[in-house]
Amino acid sequence: MNVLLDYFPEFRDGFIGTVSITAVSTAIALVLGVVIAGFRVSPVPPLRWFGTAWVTLLRNTPLTLLFLVTTFVVPEILFPGMSAFVLGSLALGFYTSSFVCEAVRSGINTVPLGQAEAARSLGMTFSQTLRLIVLPQATRTVLPPMSSILIALTKNSAIAGAFSVTELFGWQKLLSEEGYDIVPIFLWVSLAYLAVTFTISGIFRILERRLEVAR
Amino acid sequence: MSGVSVTKGAEDAGPATGDLVVLSNVNKHFGALHVLQDIDLTIARGEVVVVIGPSGSGKSTLCRTINRLETIDSGSITIDGKPLPQEGKELARLRADVGMVFQSFNLFAHKTVLENVMLGQVKVRKADKKAAEQKARTLLDRVGVGTQADKYPAQLSGGQQQRVAIARALAMDPKVMLFDEPTSALDPEMINEVLEVMQQLARDGMTMVVVTHEMGFARSAANRVVFMADGRIVEEATPDQFFSSPRSDRAKDFLSKILHH
Repeated sequence: MNVLLDYFPEFRDGFIGTVSITAVSTAIALVLGVVIAGFRVSPVPPLRWFGTAWVTLLRNTPLTLLFLVTTFVVPEILFPGMSAFVLGSLALGFYTSSFVCEAVRSGINTVPLGQAEAARSLGMTFSQTLRLIVLPQATRTVLPPMSSILIALTKNSAIAGAFSVTELFGWQKLLSEEGYDIVPIFLWVSLAYLAVTFTISGIFRILERRLEVAR
Repeated sequence: MSGVSVTKGAEDAGPATGDLVVLSNVNKHFGALHVLQDIDLTIARGEVVVVIGPSGSGKSTLCRTINRLETIDSGSITIDGKPLPQEGKELARLRADVGMVFQSFNLFAHKTVLENVMLGQVKVRKADKKAAEQKARTLLDRVGVGTQADKYPAQLSGGQQQRVAIARALAMDPKVMLFDEPTSALDPEMINEVLEVMQQLARDGMTMVVVTHEMGFARSAANRVVFMADGRIVEEATPDQFFSSPRSDRAKDFLSKILHH
């Protein structure tokens, strides 16, 4: 069982790597997801088309393919010399943003239409209505699916390991290659993932309790 | 609405400074249903127009077209001389001048009563927070819910919520107030508290378009009654004329159904 202690610095680096790529991609996914959801319900047709195209493209592409494109194609044409971490975060963040968008949109649809009508008849613009009235009330409904999406994101970050991002799964690969027994290695890796995913679901449980809207 | 008699005669119909809302030749379809048919309606400044009619007659739709919550297929609507613009910033500006009160109140569920009345002033009129709060409190007192300012809408009764909704609309200093069946979702004992606020508004000279089933209110507060059926304006008259001697058979039929039972 001393595989953990023997290779603790690598394990720690892997854990930190997983947490970092999870955090950065989460930020990207949340911001983009909410913005694209806004596009999808916008009164401006081109924005709606863009939102639909974004979701269709990213949601239906295998994540590994997306990583391949961002790691090998994007630096060739667009941003040469970008680090594997940034590219990996972008791939994961963009991919997850399509799921976030759909969760947010389903939340928007649960807010009674009258709320938006009241806001509009006060003279609020579309973006004010969305920002001040609809999204705050949609948040509560969006939390449970959002927590699932972010947990999936955490686990999907393992794919980044195959594209030279330092993260937990890479540690497992390193040690199996060194010839260690695979069972304890996986045990430690799973425990580390559990630590991240339990933290996420814990945060969301607290949020759910705090954000109850009475009707 | 016994006790309060505020019948406005034709002679004191407010300062006759011209037409505020003009609908001309307005048509609208919901699919195959021709819900508004060649509607011509002019509402003068300070006038209180009550729209009545059987359900499905298009009266709510008519009310909602005035601030373009419903679009129209043809015809024109002008407010204070300006035609209703397309969806966008200009329409938002115009809507700020048109107060709307809904059947289902539509108070912002995640905001307190006070915040509900402040929000439009601060975010749309860009009023100072302090001034907005003061005005909100004054208005809430005026509609009799001043003590509920820090509660959330769901903690109030229907009648209180509707009065808050009226205060929220008034906070924008609207040129005209639209009421879309404001008492239809209320328990009978709460209807009066809302109607009294509306009658006070009418007495204060507010231009009002009221879609309602409250014949008492129509009788006592309206300058003009507009009777709609099947998407058309069938009859327009003063309340006295309309209720005592309706001209059309459709109106006679409608009145006989609601007044005698």
